[in-house]
Amino acid sequence: MKLTINGDVKEIKDGIVLSELLVIEDVEQPDMVSVQLNDEFLTKDTYATTTLKEGDEINFLYFMGGGA
Amino acid sequence: MKEFSDEELERYSRHIILQDVGIEGQEKIANSKILVIGAGGLGSPVALYLAAAGVGEIGIVDGDVVDLSNLQRQVIHATADIGVPKVLSAKAKMEAINPNVKVTIYQKFLDASNILDIVKGYDFVIDGTDNFSAKFLINDACVLANVPYSHGGILRFGGQTMTIKPHESACYACVFDAPPPANAIPTCSSAGILGAVAGMLGTIQAAEALKYIVGVGEPLYNRLLTFDAKTMNFRNVNFKKNPKCRVCGGEGIKEIRDYEAVVCEAKL
Ligand SMILES: [Zn+2]
Repeated sequence: MKLTINGDVKEIKDGIVLSELLVIEDVEQPDMVSVQLNDEFLTKDTYATTTLKEGDEINFLYFMGGGA
Repeated sequence: MKEFSDEELERYSRHIILQDVGIEGQEKIANSKILVIGAGGLGSPVALYLAAAGVGEIGIVDGDVVDLSNLQRQVIHATADIGVPKVLSAKAKMEAINPNVKVTIYQKFLDASNILDIVKGYDFVIDGTDNFSAKFLINDACVLANVPYSHGGILRFGGQTMTIKPHESACYACVFDAPPPANAIPTCSSAGILGAVAGMLGTIQAAEALKYIVGVGEPLYNRLLTFDAKTMNFRNVNFKKNPKCRVCGGEGIKEIRDYEAVVCEAKL
Protein backbone atom coordinates (compact mmCIF):
# COMPACT_ATOMS: atom_id res chain seq x y z
CA MET A 1 0.00 0.00 0.00
CA LYS A 2 1.05 3.58 -0.52
CA LEU A 3 1.49 5.77 2.53
CA THR A 4 2.59 9.39 2.68
CA ILE A 5 5.22 9.59 5.38
CA ASN A 6 6.56 13.03 6.27
CA GLY A 7 5.46 14.24 2.86
CA ASP A 8 7.02 11.40 0.83
CA VAL A 9 4.90 8.69 -0.80
CA LYS A 10 6.28 5.28 0.09
CA GLU A 11 5.30 1.70 -0.71
CA ILE A 12 4.82 -0.15 2.56
CA LYS A 13 3.55 -3.70 3.05
CA ASP A 14 -0.18 -4.00 3.63
CA GLY A 15 -1.93 -4.31 6.94
CA ILE A 16 0.73 -3.13 9.35
CA VAL A 17 0.02 -1.23 12.53
CA LEU A 18 1.63 2.05 13.45
CA SER A 19 4.14 0.57 15.88
CA GLU A 20 5.45 -1.64 13.03
CA LEU A 21 5.80 1.42 10.81
CA LEU A 22 7.91 3.10 13.50
CA VAL A 23 10.34 0.16 13.23
CA ILE A 24 10.30 0.14 9.41
CA GLU A 25 10.98 3.88 9.34
CA ASP A 26 13.85 3.57 11.82
CA VAL A 27 12.24 5.73 14.47
CA GLU A 28 14.70 4.68 17.13
CA GLN A 29 13.13 6.58 20.00
CA PRO A 30 9.33 6.53 19.72
CA ASP A 31 9.24 8.60 22.91
CA MET A 32 10.81 11.45 20.95
CA VAL A 33 8.11 11.74 18.28
CA SER A 34 4.56 12.90 18.13
CA VAL A 35 2.66 10.91 15.49
CA GLN A 36 0.01 12.51 13.32
CA LEU A 37 -2.28 10.26 11.26
CA ASN A 38 -4.53 12.07 8.79
CA ASP A 39 -4.60 15.29 10.83
CA GLU A 40 -5.14 13.64 14.21
CA PHE A 41 -2.44 13.14 16.81
CA LEU A 42 -2.30 9.62 18.20
CA THR A 43 -1.74 8.77 21.81
CA LYS A 44 1.07 6.31 22.41
CA ASP A 45 -1.24 3.62 23.78
CA THR A 46 -2.91 3.33 20.34
CA TYR A 47 0.25 2.74 18.28
CA ALA A 48 0.03 -1.05 18.53
CA THR A 49 -3.65 -1.19 17.57
CA THR A 50 -3.83 1.45 14.82
CA THR A 51 -3.89 -0.41 11.49
CA LEU A 52 -2.73 1.67 8.54
CA LYS A 53 -4.47 1.71 5.20
CA GLU A 54 -3.79 2.79 1.62
CA GLY A 55 -3.47 6.55 1.29
CA ASP A 56 -2.90 7.31 4.96
CA GLU A 57 -0.80 10.37 5.68
CA ILE A 58 1.57 10.03 8.57
CA ASN A 59 3.82 12.68 10.06
CA PHE A 60 6.49 12.03 12.61
CA LEU A 61 7.11 15.27 14.50
CA TYR A 62 10.28 15.06 16.49
CA PHE A 63 10.68 16.68 19.86
CA MET A 64 13.43 19.28 19.67
CA GLY A 65 14.36 20.58 23.08
CA GLY A 66 17.47 22.59 22.30
CA GLY A 67 17.74 26.33 22.12
CA ALA A 68 20.75 27.46 24.06
CA MET B 1 1.53 57.37 19.47
CA LYS B 2 5.24 57.55 19.03
CA GLU B 3 6.85 60.59 17.40
CA PHE B 4 10.01 59.51 15.63
CA SER B 5 13.09 61.71 15.68
CA ASP B 6 15.06 62.34 12.49
CA GLU B 7 17.61 59.83 13.73
CA GLU B 8 14.91 57.17 14.10
CA LEU B 9 13.32 57.95 10.73
CA GLU B 10 16.67 57.31 9.10
CA ARG B 11 17.52 54.31 11.26
CA TYR B 12 14.23 52.58 10.41
CA SER B 13 14.01 53.85 6.83
CA ARG B 14 14.20 50.35 5.31
CA HIS B 15 11.22 49.31 7.41
CA ILE B 16 9.36 52.52 6.68
CA ILE B 17 9.72 52.15 2.92
CA LEU B 18 8.75 48.50 3.17
CA GLN B 19 5.22 48.02 1.95
CA ASP B 20 3.12 46.38 4.70
CA VAL B 21 5.26 47.95 7.44
CA GLY B 22 5.53 51.68 6.75
CA ILE B 23 5.50 54.35 9.40
CA GLU B 24 2.40 52.82 11.04
CA GLY B 25 4.08 49.44 11.30
CA GLN B 26 7.24 50.99 12.71
CA GLU B 27 5.13 52.81 15.29
CA LYS B 28 3.59 49.50 16.32
CA ILE B 29 7.07 48.03 16.67
CA ALA B 30 8.21 51.02 18.74
CA ASN B 31 5.18 50.66 21.02
CA SER B 32 5.58 46.91 21.51
CA LYS B 33 6.98 44.91 24.41
CA ILE B 34 8.57 41.56 23.66
CA LEU B 35 10.01 39.06 26.14
CA VAL B 36 12.92 36.85 25.09
CA ILE B 37 13.32 33.84 27.38
CA GLY B 38 16.87 32.57 27.14
CA ALA B 39 19.89 34.57 25.98
CA GLY B 40 21.52 31.62 24.27
CA GLY B 41 21.57 30.13 20.78
CA LEU B 42 18.06 31.24 19.85
CA GLY B 43 17.79 34.24 22.15
CA SER B 44 20.99 35.81 20.76
CA PRO B 45 19.80 36.41 17.18
CA VAL B 46 16.26 37.18 18.35
CA ALA B 47 17.43 39.85 20.81
CA LEU B 48 19.81 41.40 18.27
CA TYR B 49 17.20 41.63 15.53
CA LEU B 50 14.43 42.88 17.81
CA ALA B 51 16.73 45.58 19.19
CA ALA B 52 17.83 46.56 15.69
CA ALA B 53 14.17 46.66 14.60
CA GLY B 54 13.37 49.18 17.30
CA VAL B 55 11.05 47.16 19.53
CA GLY B 56 10.15 49.65 22.27
CA GLU B 57 10.82 47.40 25.22
CA ILE B 58 12.59 44.06 25.24
CA GLY B 59 12.73 41.85 28.30
CA ILE B 60 15.46 39.25 28.42
CA VAL B 61 15.58 36.35 30.84
CA ASP B 62 18.52 34.13 31.68
CA GLY B 63 20.12 33.01 34.93
CA ASP B 64 23.38 31.83 33.41
CA VAL B 65 26.79 33.35 32.82
CA VAL B 66 28.64 33.27 29.50
CA ASP B 67 30.80 30.20 29.01
CA LEU B 68 33.52 29.62 26.42
CA SER B 69 31.51 26.75 24.86
CA ASN B 70 28.57 29.14 24.24
CA LEU B 71 30.48 31.32 21.80
CA GLN B 72 30.28 28.89 18.86
CA ARG B 73 26.64 29.95 18.41
CA GLN B 74 25.47 32.50 21.00
CA VAL B 75 26.44 35.43 18.83
CA ILE B 76 25.29 38.19 21.19
CA HIS B 77 28.16 37.31 23.56
CA ALA B 78 31.85 37.95 22.98
CA THR B 79 35.03 36.35 24.23
CA ALA B 80 35.53 39.19 26.71
CA ASP B 81 32.11 38.37 28.24
CA ILE B 82 33.11 34.95 29.58
CA GLY B 83 31.92 34.77 33.18
CA VAL B 84 29.55 37.73 32.78
CA PRO B 85 25.81 37.18 33.35
CA LYS B 86 24.24 36.58 29.95
CA VAL B 87 21.51 39.16 30.48
CA LEU B 88 24.10 41.89 31.13
CA SER B 89 26.19 40.89 28.14
CA ALA B 90 23.07 40.79 25.95
CA LYS B 91 21.76 44.14 27.20
CA ALA B 92 25.05 45.86 26.40
CA LYS B 93 25.02 44.61 22.78
CA MET B 94 21.35 45.47 22.28
CA GLU B 95 21.86 49.00 23.58
CA ALA B 96 24.96 49.38 21.46
CA ILE B 97 22.98 48.49 18.35
CA ASN B 98 20.03 50.67 19.25
CA PRO B 99 20.01 53.07 22.22
CA ASN B 100 16.33 53.82 21.57
CA VAL B 101 15.35 50.43 22.91
CA LYS B 102 14.56 49.88 26.57
CA VAL B 103 16.02 46.57 27.75
CA THR B 104 14.69 45.00 30.96
CA ILE B 105 16.76 42.17 32.37
CA TYR B 106 15.66 39.23 34.49
CA GLN B 107 18.75 37.50 35.81
CA LYS B 108 17.02 34.31 36.82
CA PHE B 109 15.45 31.16 35.45
CA LEU B 110 11.70 31.11 35.16
CA ASP B 111 9.61 28.73 37.18
CA ALA B 112 6.01 28.36 38.25
CA SER B 113 6.47 30.98 40.97
CA ASN B 114 7.53 33.85 38.72
CA ILE B 115 6.68 33.17 35.08
CA LEU B 116 3.07 34.40 34.97
CA ASP B 117 3.85 37.80 36.45
CA ILE B 118 6.67 38.36 33.99
CA VAL B 119 4.92 37.07 30.87
CA LYS B 120 1.75 39.09 31.57
CA GLY B 121 3.49 42.39 30.93
CA TYR B 122 4.45 41.60 27.33
CA ASP B 123 2.74 41.59 23.93
CA PHE B 124 4.68 38.62 22.60
CA VAL B 125 7.07 36.04 24.04
CA ILE B 126 9.97 34.16 22.44
CA ASP B 127 10.85 30.71 23.72
CA GLY B 128 14.61 30.42 23.40
CA THR B 129 15.06 27.87 26.17
CA ASP B 130 16.97 24.63 25.99
CA ASN B 131 14.88 22.13 27.90
CA PHE B 132 11.42 20.64 27.81
CA SER B 133 10.36 21.59 31.32
CA ALA B 134 10.91 25.25 30.41
CA LYS B 135 9.25 24.90 27.00
CA PHE B 136 6.10 23.37 28.45
CA LEU B 137 6.09 25.87 31.32
CA ILE B 138 6.23 28.76 28.83
CA ASN B 139 3.37 27.23 26.85
CA ASP B 140 1.27 26.88 30.00
CA ALA B 141 2.00 30.44 31.11
CA CYS B 142 1.32 31.99 27.71
CA VAL B 143 -1.96 30.08 27.37
CA LEU B 144 -3.03 31.09 30.90
CA ALA B 145 -1.98 34.71 30.46
CA ASN B 146 -3.27 34.75 26.88
CA VAL B 147 0.00 36.07 25.45
CA PRO B 148 1.03 34.93 21.96
CA TYR B 149 4.44 33.38 21.61
CA SER B 150 6.93 31.66 19.34
CA HIS B 151 8.05 28.13 20.17
CA GLY B 152 11.51 27.22 18.95
CA GLY B 153 13.55 24.06 19.21
CA ILE B 154 16.83 23.00 17.66
CA LEU B 155 18.82 19.80 17.62
CA ARG B 156 21.97 18.88 15.70
CA PHE B 157 21.24 20.15 12.13
CA GLY B 158 17.51 20.62 12.62
CA GLY B 159 15.06 23.15 13.87
CA GLN B 160 11.35 23.53 14.46
CA THR B 161 9.11 26.48 15.23
CA MET B 162 5.46 27.39 15.53
CA THR B 163 3.65 30.53 16.58
CA ILE B 164 0.88 30.23 19.11
CA LYS B 165 -2.07 32.50 19.65
CA PRO B 166 -3.62 31.03 22.78
CA HIS B 167 -7.19 29.75 22.45
CA GLU B 168 -7.18 30.56 18.74
CA SER B 169 -4.41 28.42 17.28
CA ALA B 170 -2.95 25.09 18.36
CA CYS B 171 -0.58 25.28 21.30
CA TYR B 172 2.66 23.35 21.85
CA ALA B 173 0.82 20.78 23.97
CA CYS B 174 -1.80 20.24 21.22
CA VAL B 175 1.07 18.78 19.20
CA PHE B 176 3.48 17.35 21.75
CA ASP B 177 1.21 16.84 24.75
CA ALA B 178 3.83 16.58 27.50
CA PRO B 179 7.60 16.38 28.01
CA PRO B 180 9.17 13.13 26.83
CA PRO B 181 10.73 10.82 29.41
CA ALA B 182 14.05 12.18 30.63
CA ASN B 183 16.10 9.16 29.59
CA ALA B 184 15.04 9.58 25.94
CA ILE B 185 16.13 13.17 25.57
CA PRO B 186 19.13 14.34 23.64
CA THR B 187 19.92 17.96 24.45
CA CYS B 188 22.26 20.40 22.79
CA SER B 189 25.02 19.72 25.25
CA SER B 190 24.83 15.97 24.70
CA ALA B 191 23.81 15.90 21.04
CA GLY B 192 25.51 18.96 19.60
CA ILE B 193 24.19 21.76 17.44
CA LEU B 194 25.52 23.39 14.30
CA GLY B 195 25.90 27.00 15.41
CA ALA B 196 24.37 28.54 12.30
CA VAL B 197 21.22 26.44 12.77
CA ALA B 198 20.50 28.39 15.95
CA GLY B 199 20.77 31.55 13.89
CA MET B 200 18.45 30.19 11.21
CA LEU B 201 15.74 29.34 13.69
CA GLY B 202 16.19 32.41 15.87
CA THR B 203 15.82 34.79 12.93
CA ILE B 204 12.61 32.99 11.92
CA GLN B 205 11.31 33.55 15.46
CA ALA B 206 12.27 37.24 15.32
CA ALA B 207 10.49 37.60 11.97
CA GLU B 208 7.38 35.95 13.42
CA ALA B 209 7.39 38.33 16.38
CA LEU B 210 7.69 41.38 14.11
CA LYS B 211 4.99 40.06 11.76
CA TYR B 212 2.68 39.62 14.71
CA ILE B 213 3.35 43.11 16.08
CA VAL B 214 2.91 44.78 12.70
CA GLY B 215 -0.06 42.56 11.84
CA VAL B 216 1.23 41.46 8.48
CA GLY B 217 1.30 38.13 6.69
CA GLU B 218 0.43 34.70 7.97
CA PRO B 219 2.00 33.66 11.25
CA LEU B 220 3.02 30.05 11.83
CA TYR B 221 -0.35 29.31 13.41
CA ASN B 222 -1.59 25.73 13.31
CA ARG B 223 1.57 24.51 11.65
CA LEU B 224 5.01 23.41 12.64
CA LEU B 225 7.83 24.56 10.41
CA THR B 226 10.68 22.09 10.50
CA PHE B 227 13.94 22.15 8.62
CA ASP B 228 16.97 19.99 8.22
CA ALA B 229 20.04 22.05 7.41
CA LYS B 230 21.82 18.96 6.03
CA THR B 231 19.43 18.79 3.09
CA MET B 232 18.04 22.33 3.46
CA ASN B 233 14.56 20.89 3.19
CA PHE B 234 11.92 23.01 4.89
CA ARG B 235 8.50 21.57 5.66
CA ASN B 236 5.26 22.79 7.17
CA VAL B 237 3.09 20.25 8.95
CA ASN B 238 -0.46 21.49 9.42
CA PHE B 239 -2.79 20.67 12.27
CA LYS B 240 -5.66 22.07 14.23
CA LYS B 241 -6.14 23.08 17.80
CA ASN B 242 -6.89 19.92 19.77
CA PRO B 243 -10.21 20.36 21.61
CA LYS B 244 -9.01 17.78 24.14
CA CYS B 245 -5.63 19.47 24.66
CA ARG B 246 -4.34 19.11 28.20
CA VAL B 247 -3.42 22.82 28.25
CA CYS B 248 -5.68 24.83 25.93
CA GLY B 249 -8.57 22.41 25.45
CA GLY B 250 -12.03 22.38 27.04
CA GLU B 251 -10.96 21.85 30.62
CA GLY B 252 -7.49 23.19 30.05
CA ILE B 253 -5.12 24.18 32.80
CA LYS B 254 -6.12 26.44 35.63
CA GLU B 255 -2.80 27.03 37.33
CA ILE B 256 0.91 26.92 36.70
CA ARG B 257 2.96 24.05 38.01
CA ASP B 258 6.60 23.20 37.41
CA TYR B 259 7.39 20.25 35.21
CA GLU B 260 9.86 17.76 36.55
CA ALA B 261 13.32 19.12 35.96
CA VAL B 262 15.00 16.90 33.45
CA VAL B 263 18.43 15.62 34.23
CA CYS B 264 20.40 15.73 31.01
CA GLU B 265 22.21 12.54 30.23
CA ALA B 266 24.64 12.07 27.43
CA LYS B 267 22.88 9.85 24.92
CA LEU B 268 24.61 9.94 21.58
ZN1 LIG C 1 -3.28 23.10 23.17
